[in-house]
Amino acid sequence: MSTGPEVAAGAPAKLVIENVTKWFSSTRAVVQALDNVSLSVAEGEFVCLVGPSGCGKSTLLDIIAGLTKPDSGRVLADGTVVQGPGRQRLVMFQESALFPWLDAFGNVMFGLKLRPDLTNRERKKIAEYYLDLVGLGKFKHAHVHELSGGMKQRVALARALAPDPQVLLMDEPFGALDAMTRDQLYDDIQRIWMESRKTIIFVTHNVREAACLGDRVVLMSPSPGRIAEIFEIPLPRPRDINSPELAGYASQIAAALKGISNGPDMEVASE
Amino acid sequence: MRRLAVALLFFAGLILLWDLAVRSGRWSAVLLPSPAYVAEYIWAALLDGTLLESTWVTLKRLLVGYAAGVLIGLPLGLLTSTSQLLEDTVGALALGLQTLPSVCWVPLALVWFGQTEGAMLFVVIMGTVWSVIIATDHGARNIPPIYARAARTMGSEGFHQWTRVILPASLPFLVSGMKQGWAFAWRSLMAAEIYVTILTGFGLGHLLHYGRELNAMDQVIGIMIVIVVIGLLADRLLFAPWERFLHVRWGTNVKSS
Repeated sequence: MSTGPEVAAGAPAKLVIENVTKWFSSTRAVVQALDNVSLSVAEGEFVCLVGPSGCGKSTLLDIIAGLTKPDSGRVLADGTVVQGPGRQRLVMFQESALFPWLDAFGNVMFGLKLRPDLTNRERKKIAEYYLDLVGLGKFKHAHVHELSGGMKQRVALARALAPDPQVLLMDEPFGALDAMTRDQLYDDIQRIWMESRKTIIFVTHNVREAACLGDRVVLMSPSPGRIAEIFEIPLPRPRDINSPELAGYASQIAAALKGISNGPDMEVASE
Repeated sequence: MRRLAVALLFFAGLILLWDLAVRSGRWSAVLLPSPAYVAEYIWAALLDGTLLESTWVTLKRLLVGYAAGVLIGLPLGLLTSTSQLLEDTVGALALGLQTLPSVCWVPLALVWFGQTEGAMLFVVIMGTVWSVIIATDHGARNIPPIYARAARTMGSEGFHQWTRVILPASLPFLVSGMKQGWAFAWRSLMAAEIYVTILTGFGLGHLLHYGRELNAMDQVIGIMIVIVVIGLLADRLLFAPWERFLHVRWGTNVKSS
């Protein structure tokens, strides 16, 4: 456990976050969302960001995505400073953000159509492959409103994976789903991660979810947002969210979390 | 099928009531002609071509003016949605002029363009453009920001983002704005045609006007019916397909589709 930049042994740093600071000003107050946050993420690593609300974890994800600019500090992706959003770093949001005017297939095709290096036939093949991968091959032509919450997030996952980004940024993607659907998605996301070896940054406020998915779990503390502690989770994969070893790690993180805040929205136990 | 039968029965009932009212003899037959007379007029006007010609003249003005109004209004609405400055200036202007009944443009159009097709087009465009601007602006501003964020991360920006994300996302607002623009354009054109005689073509409004001058109430009522039918047909043909698309894709109003 340590704070500050750190690279897992053997792999080059895919993402380097250097001294990132972000302020938000509203009419009522000026709030510091992030204070001098630094973190290195190795290629192919699965990193979970946890922390109570207001710890800036979603803001940090936005900054990595290039959707928000930091006030100071910078983010390097493959050694290049992130200036804006780019399809090497795709984001999956808590709400699926699927486009209602397109069907499931059209949504997955959206990012692919923005890749001029592919032919139309290749795009269709890729879209079908990823819809199959998330188990929705049969729902290719379903309208967005016809899909359940879990299915929507699967389509959103296929849409994020299809353009073959190197980094996948996930902002509480399973937060709005029921526990059974979530357990299923934990298996799927681990399987897909092991196959594709994407670098994944996963924001959550569920400690068990973080321990289940992450190689490392980065615990953040609020006001201002800082990295409080980093936990290594050396368990073999695929991991079962209900396994006792995992519960051990989760309670360790939960205890550290309790030390920094008693936020009401923290899911310390799994439901 | 059943819905159609009910609708037909309803209108047949209305015509029957109308006929009974005429037969009661309480009103002068000149002021309230019987449905048979009106039908006779419509039939005769259809046969001698005046009705088709006038409908064509009117629809041409309407479609050209409406298309121009949409082509001007859509980009302007998108523009005003992007900046506070444009919203406070062009947007405020659009809001103000939209409240102006479009018939109020007719005197100005006459002075500027004379008794020409240009005056007609001007009135129709003024009737259309402001409500299209407002609807587009409103639609683009009410898009969930997450759509634009998701699109940006996938590399959509600039023109692509406008045409593939912002326009389709604001479609529910756009369609109702277009519909309102159509209704305003239709009303303003009728007012202009009744008000102004233009020698390059007699539209339905002129027929209505001359019907009054000649005290031919069968013509007046007949043309009114034609105008209503065209309005209904335009709604079915121009807007119903879009509304169906919205219902199916957005999952609204599923029961009635």
